[in-house]
Amino acid sequence: MGKDTIVCRCEDLSLEEINSWIEKGYQTFDEIKRVSRVGMGPCQGKTCRAHILRLLAEASGTPLERMHPATFRPPVKPIRLGTIAGGDRDD
Amino acid sequence: MYKTEILVVGGGPAGLAAALAAAEQGAEVTLADRNSDLGGQLVKQTHMFFGSKGQYASERGISIAKILKEKAAATGKIRILTGATVTGYYEDKKVTIEAGDKFFPVEPQRVIFATGAQENTLIFPGCDLPGIYGAGAVQTLMNLHGVKPGNRVAMVGAGNIGVIVSYQLLQAGVEVAAIIEAAPRIGGYYVHAAKVRRLGVPILTSHTVIKAHGNHCLEKITIAELDEKRQVMAGSERDLEVDVLCVSVGLSPLAELLFQAGCRMGYVPELGGFVPFRDDCLETSVAGIYVAGDAAGIGEASAAMVQGRIAGLAAAASLGYGKDTFLEKVTEAGRELTGLHGGPTGEKIRTGLAKLTLLAKEAV
Repeated sequence: MGKDTIVCRCEDLSLEEINSWIEKGYQTFDEIKRVSRVGMGPCQGKTCRAHILRLLAEASGTPLERMHPATFRPPVKPIRLGTIAGGDRDD
Repeated sequence: MYKTEILVVGGGPAGLAAALAAAEQGAEVTLADRNSDLGGQLVKQTHMFFGSKGQYASERGISIAKILKEKAAATGKIRILTGATVTGYYEDKKVTIEAGDKFFPVEPQRVIFATGAQENTLIFPGCDLPGIYGAGAVQTLMNLHGVKPGNRVAMVGAGNIGVIVSYQLLQAGVEVAAIIEAAPRIGGYYVHAAKVRRLGVPILTSHTVIKAHGNHCLEKITIAELDEKRQVMAGSERDLEVDVLCVSVGLSPLAELLFQAGCRMGYVPELGGFVPFRDDCLETSVAGIYVAGDAAGIGEASAAMVQGRIAGLAAAASLGYGKDTFLEKVTEAGRELTGLHGGPTGEKIRTGLAKLTLLAKEAV
């Protein structure tokens, strides 16, 4: 079990892979994001964040409410480069 | 630069009520929603609402959406942007909107976040197989787009959404093999659960799904019974042949824009996750930013509409609109909200709100 359980569908990361980062000592969602791209796909972590925070909380024995929820940066969804390059009518 | 007095983000019941209340007080409002039509989750809710007359009880969700939209249009003070996603909140107090192939900044004086919620998911082997949906997604597919999701469904979760969507699946001619609930009791209202039981659908409490099988799409699931500690009981595993699995295990507030705006947040399980600290008028820790509806904590549409009204009245009053009627109107709305959160069904929300108040005090 673990290989067939996909935690992050956008970046295709399994429970086994996430657990291996946690075992190596990664302690926050943002740290795991930097090494694995978890939460950086189209859904921007909407699906996987809660699961990973729970796994991290369980591993460290920290109550969930004390976990750092990860950094949320704009944009909250993917935007086409062409749309951004189009700019505002004032530009 | 697009400027507006009040920007309401999200056109569901909370956002529509907020825009309406603010516009009726005389404020100029922009209402942005990422979907092609306003109404949020109301547009697929074919069942009747409970509650009191003030919040459209005995009306169906779809009718409430229509009434609110007509009222909003009639004010002539609300600029409605549909197909418009608010993609970020920036340090200079501007937001950006993506609408079709346009991407532009907006400078609002006040913002009301009524961004709603997202469906929670479960992780288990095979959980990414096609045929596994959120229950809300299936409701959208059927009731809004007229698409039958499959032929034989298993529902995970016997809360209100789980039992209501199960009933609507049966109405659509889809077989419901079972409703599977990890808790030892049914969470949804008795009337909804009784309807599906009368139609012969088993509700398996203290059960969970442990695996999904299929080559290219869902073919069957393995379920198992849980003991008092919610551990799988050995030997209780059995298979159910289904082509659709609906997951209805709660909602989480959509809070990323509130985080970006720097609102102070607290984690309250009873409210669905991270929610912003706020005062009685639903103003967050950032002056001029308000919250309403599921984004403020998971609840029902009737309460969301009242919260929206309070936030709309308060945002308008802070700009000098309707100051003479504000106190009377907001007091009345506050009374309605207390009523909606009263009784045994409101206990979870009351506990959640009390916890949030405590967290906010600790954080000072």
